[in-house]
Amino acid sequence: MRRRIITTAAMALALTMGASLQAAEAKELRWAFSSDTASLDPMGHNVTFTFSVLGNVYEGLVQRDADLKIQPALAEKWEIVEPNRWRFYLRKGVKFHNGNAFNADDVIFSYQRINNPDSNLRDRVAGVKEVVKVDDYTVDFITDQPNPILISQWESFFMMDKEWAEANGATVPTNLTKGIESFAGQNANGTGPFKITERTIDVRTVFEPNKEWWDKPTHNLTKVTMTPIQQAATRVAALLSGEIDMMFPAPLQDIDRINNNSGTRVISGPELRTIFLGFDQFREKALGTNTEKNPFKDVRVRKAIYQAIDIELIKSRIMRNLADPSSIMISPKLFPLADQIKRYPYDPEASKKLLAEAGYPNGFETRLDCTNDRYVNDAQICQAITAMLARVGIKLNMRAYPNAQYFADIARPKQDFALYLLGWTPSSFDSQNVLYNLMSSWDPAAARGGRVNYGDGTDPRIDEITNLVVTETDEAKRNQLILEAFKISHDKVFYVPLHQQAVVWAARDNVDLKQRADDQFHFRHVTIK
Amino acid sequence: MFKFIAGRLVQSIFVMLFVGAIAFTLFQFVGDPVEQMVGQDTTQAERDELRERLGLNDPLIVQFARFAGNMATGDFGFSYQHKRPVSQLIAERLPATMELAGLSIILALMVGIPLGVYTGLHRYGVASKVIMTLSLIGVSLPTFLIGILFIYLFSVILGWLPSFGRGEVVNLGGWTTGFLTLSGWKAIILPAITLALFQMTLVMRLVRAEMLEVMRTDYIKFARARGISNRAVQFRHALKNTLVPVITIIGLQLGTVIAFAIITETVFQWPGMGRLFLQGIRAVDIPIMSAYLVMIAFFFVIINLIVDILYYVVDPRLRVDRAGGAN
Repeated sequence: MRRRIITTAAMALALTMGASLQAAEAKELRWAFSSDTASLDPMGHNVTFTFSVLGNVYEGLVQRDADLKIQPALAEKWEIVEPNRWRFYLRKGVKFHNGNAFNADDVIFSYQRINNPDSNLRDRVAGVKEVVKVDDYTVDFITDQPNPILISQWESFFMMDKEWAEANGATVPTNLTKGIESFAGQNANGTGPFKITERTIDVRTVFEPNKEWWDKPTHNLTKVTMTPIQQAATRVAALLSGEIDMMFPAPLQDIDRINNNSGTRVISGPELRTIFLGFDQFREKALGTNTEKNPFKDVRVRKAIYQAIDIELIKSRIMRNLADPSSIMISPKLFPLADQIKRYPYDPEASKKLLAEAGYPNGFETRLDCTNDRYVNDAQICQAITAMLARVGIKLNMRAYPNAQYFADIARPKQDFALYLLGWTPSSFDSQNVLYNLMSSWDPAAARGGRVNYGDGTDPRIDEITNLVVTETDEAKRNQLILEAFKISHDKVFYVPLHQQAVVWAARDNVDLKQRADDQFHFRHVTIK
Repeated sequence: MFKFIAGRLVQSIFVMLFVGAIAFTLFQFVGDPVEQMVGQDTTQAERDELRERLGLNDPLIVQFARFAGNMATGDFGFSYQHKRPVSQLIAERLPATMELAGLSIILALMVGIPLGVYTGLHRYGVASKVIMTLSLIGVSLPTFLIGILFIYLFSVILGWLPSFGRGEVVNLGGWTTGFLTLSGWKAIILPAITLALFQMTLVMRLVRAEMLEVMRTDYIKFARARGISNRAVQFRHALKNTLVPVITIIGLQLGTVIAFAIITETVFQWPGMGRLFLQGIRAVDIPIMSAYLVMIAFFFVIINLIVDILYYVVDPRLRVDRAGGAN
């Protein structure tokens, strides 16, 4: 009996000592995301979270700050010397984590690697014909046509060390079919503010500050430990119990719990992704719809559906106010003239009138397809829309299912839907991406154009503008063109934009951080008090 | 004996082929792996090229032949999401699952058998009734709920045990073990109990029922009549005879515990095979899903085979019956 008491006391002592030890060296950041990064290969995966993690370790020629503004990184400055020729002046004295110097050869190597057929990020350098070394610290990128937004996606075009990759046989990204695994998938050697010192896949990845970093650190961290925790409930529990300092995504239903707990808080802001509804506008007879003709070819029906949806109710009830209703198909953060287009007001009476004018005074029956595991509360949003449309006489047969099957069903060539819910983030942070992918017409022969314009609602002027804004370098003129295209889409109701959902993170009160609207978490903005 | 085992082996091969065929057909319906692998901006041409390179355009029968051939040689292919060999991924996660499943089964036996004996002997005692009622809760509460309740009680409120992970592990020649560190032991307590709870109640109820049965038999009465102590009768004569069905059930349950540790592993972020499988499903990572299914089927087949042989060895009557059947 006595021995047991002693053991218990010793254990209690050990526990308290452990706790006070942690408090003493409080510069360690322990955080969790819902999954691990799929790989450390900067050119293997086109996944935001992978960029988020690797963005601490690798750097591109340019980077984005916490407000997503483009800033110089490994290129000190750049200029467009000819319409088709971009010149980058590289930063001198930059070293990779293994001590190798960064220079023009590494840029050319990184270009070749990202342009490899096995790379998932080839679109980052689409339209680049050639990369030319001018001298050791000057590089020219030559494009096949003028491209004002060439560098907009380059934050995730990470620079790798040529010598390191060659020495380790990592000159090409992992090849799935040939069974070649890239050394770079398990090891990282960047120029960034942190280096990876330990990694057990799916368990723990440890980062330490890079003391040789070229820029002045704004963080005060000595160590960062990343742990994946898949279950939202466990993630919340780990934060509440103090086992981790920060985590995301935080589930909406636990926000109050986290805020009411002393020592933890929720940090939220609008995300860049726009959630919207699309219509089948190309079939003669819509799938699962009890009408002679395809009702969605009629703009009045599309507008009736738009005006039957009470977006404020969805915002307050389903999204717990963590959503911003949107009038256009891009986040207002990414388009300065966004406020020139206003949403059609919620008006069930106007909606009924429009349906009657279109020849459906008693409404009709159709289907709505949704994911149930992709966007915040996606299935609940669809349930609410089903109820709202029922009030104007449109009966929806709703189907919500996992995104793995869903995307295969609604994408080309199946396009198996009548009404569908989708979300879109322009990865270039530019409206041209939205015009091209969601609004321009799809050319199956050339496999170009609006591949994601699944409903095939098209307008020749939008197609024209999509091409014009690729080469238009005068920003004011360019924005007017984009506004014109968005207005056409708004007038013709090609889509019903719903909202931008929120980025929801949670952290302990002593952790100061900056939240990026694209859901990337960079340790360089973290200070621990 | 040899003939018996040979027959079992042939059966096993058929079972494996059958499972392989089912696994393969299932994966025609789980979604499009290409959609999961590429980014949203990837062009159609690049998608088509990837589909071709993955062999997804070949006729089904060709795909199945390739699949079965690779499985038989232990080549599970490359994970689409991790871009690493599946066999390597499984080897990394196998120790975590095995330690969790092993400890759970030991817990289930160590708690389940004594409680079963006790409730069997003291059928009408108050303690027995309390235990039986509690065991109903153990059987009927879903695992994830128990897991989350444990986390909130022992991690969030009391702060005694970690809510996730495996703690510090020690690598012994490729086998990572958490049994050599304090944090490893602390980390395994909650998931092991969560996983063991159902098996524990199952073993207890089984032993109890068997005890009730055995205690009524003639040889127990004779043993009593011979003046053997109560303790010896209960544990040497009665308990031993209850164990034959318990061995069978535990054998099968071991397979179940390994296969269905998925939920417990997910709740506690235990880095085992179950989580690998679950992530595989989400990402339509067909090589991982098929490897996992085939491997679990293989475990079941092997365990069944061992149980069959054990049964044959433990119970002398079986051998006599077989010999007698030849007449």
